[in-house]
Amino acid sequence: MSESQAPQAQDDEQNGQPGGDGEPTSLHGCPVTMAFGQTTVHADRRRYLSLMEGLYRDGFESCIGVCGVDYLTHPGRSLPEDVAAQRFEVVVELVSISRKERLRVRCQVPAEDPVVPSLFDLWPGSEAHERETFDMFGIRFSDHPDLTRILMPEDWEGHPLRKDYATGHVPVQFKEVPR
Amino acid sequence: MSEATIPAGATSPARPATRAASAQTVPLTDLLKAKTSEGAQEMLAREESTIRELRYESGGVLRLPEGVDVDPNDFNYDTPDDETMILNLGPSHPSTHGVLRVMVEVRGEQVLRTKPVIGYLHTGMEKTGEELMYHQGCTNVTRMDYLAPFFNELAYCLSVEKLIGAEVPERAEWIRMLMCELNRVSSHFLWLATNGADLGALNMLVYGWRDRELLLAFFEKVTGLRMNHNYFRPGGVAADLPDGWRDDVKAICDVVLKRMDEYDNLLTGQPLLQNRMDGVGALDAATAVGLGLTGPVLRSTGVAYDIRRDFPYLFYDQVDFDVMVGTGGDCWDRFAIRVNEIRESVRIIRQVVKAMPKGDFRVQDKKVTPPPRNRIDESMEALIHHFKLYTEGFRVAPGDAYVPVESPRGELGCYIVSDGTSRPYRVHVRAPSFANLQGLAPMARGGFIPDVIACISSIDPVLGDVDR
Repeated sequence: MSESQAPQAQDDEQNGQPGGDGEPTSLHGCPVTMAFGQTTVHADRRRYLSLMEGLYRDGFESCIGVCGVDYLTHPGRSLPEDVAAQRFEVVVELVSISRKERLRVRCQVPAEDPVVPSLFDLWPGSEAHERETFDMFGIRFSDHPDLTRILMPEDWEGHPLRKDYATGHVPVQFKEVPR
Repeated sequence: MSEATIPAGATSPARPATRAASAQTVPLTDLLKAKTSEGAQEMLAREESTIRELRYESGGVLRLPEGVDVDPNDFNYDTPDDETMILNLGPSHPSTHGVLRVMVEVRGEQVLRTKPVIGYLHTGMEKTGEELMYHQGCTNVTRMDYLAPFFNELAYCLSVEKLIGAEVPERAEWIRMLMCELNRVSSHFLWLATNGADLGALNMLVYGWRDRELLLAFFEKVTGLRMNHNYFRPGGVAADLPDGWRDDVKAICDVVLKRMDEYDNLLTGQPLLQNRMDGVGALDAATAVGLGLTGPVLRSTGVAYDIRRDFPYLFYDQVDFDVMVGTGGDCWDRFAIRVNEIRESVRIIRQVVKAMPKGDFRVQDKKVTPPPRNRIDESMEALIHHFKLYTEGFRVAPGDAYVPVESPRGELGCYIVSDGTSRPYRVHVRAPSFANLQGLAPMARGGFIPDVIACISSIDPVLGDVDR
């Protein structure tokens, strides 16, 4: 399980230009940013699977979580230059238990075709998280073994955590309602 | 990335095998499915499931050849349906710790496949979190894992503090550590109680709840509430510790250790209980890591992953404690880990009591911390700050942060995206129970139905945390 440091170092040599603070500025061809002491790799759908496969080989043994973000009403977020902002993001938290490292991957997913490859074959633990992301955002994961709703009822319409999902409200009557 | 590989998803569980049936010979199960439309969430019969789905539900999740003890190719997928039976457990069954529903496929008494069906307690708390201002968010997240509310608040507060770059006073951090470790003890006590009840040690149920009350009484004294405290706030804690807290905590520590010795006699030394757990629900380390399990469930397999030690937060790098690790990955190991974690927590609490510094319990930033109540009557400025904070909240610069903490159940993390307003753009809580439930299928495979109950109990899921 625990790959040695060698492939990581090699990848950094190949892909990474030395950054100002010694951190790699790219990882497996994807730009890396640092914020609040946390490392984030940005990907689009084209590079997503190869990036994740590379990170899996680098020794990130555990996929701690997958979640989605709908940037419909906040489009102007800062992203690296060669990553085009899309409406959805799939955010993956990875942990290397042996190296005590954490990494976040943010993958841009377009609204018109919200499909990304599933990580099930790399980390089977992503199954439930991807189902939740599908349930809440309608982002579909190709090659997922059982992509059904997990928290909402099966016959629910819409994906509740999307920003254009109407939350709706029930008018509260404090007096007895005339019938 | 072809459309054909994706199940049709939301509304129609398009399964070619059943669609092929003609109109006159529609099986009864199909009619039921059409009415409830819940078919695809449930466990389906073998011929209606894909190989990958079967493999996952059978617990054979690893690919070869990475130290696998379960070879997915070994499964006999062709078992005729009339030899197996799909059983439904829950959602209202006392041993399921809430509204957990588990579907199992059994051949005779032996469990072949397991599938948790969840969502019965889903209340959309992540959506609610987007409506609440940052300083209100704690009231929301504290209700998720209702047995360990301080950890929810802590993960949320640490994420917000990372985004606003707040320098939290030392005393506040130590108070948080104290409350969290006491909370770990109370959570594990309740687990001892329910675990005992699940396995037939019914007297433990009473003792566990009784001892938990000791800690909840202290929580009530400090925060005003037994549960759902809303005590941790971005920037510190809501109030200082009350007078005499040292004596209370010392008394609690003494009682807890004394009681733990009693429970060792009552539970640990009992062969009846040990036989129910020893060797039951064994997991190997590679499966547990691959499934993203954390907490006692992961540590029972021998992986010493504890966020308090590996990614220290608060002042956990300044206290001395041991990370409990098992070897066999079975229910007995998980029991032993939790029992010993109570003792380790007491060890940490005693160090916290010694180390507790004097000072402020919340950051003195008027934009983040409301003024004390009596200042509002005296100072116009305090009134303005109070008014601004409670009507507009405080703005947080755009960005995203994820901070994990080690809850009694594993890694509990809060991912917050800020768009520069006073309300979080997205609040995602990585719930340990939600992820740990994925370990149920490999644990239960090959065991008996009573072992499934033991496995569920040893995962210690809190359904408020699972469904959020």
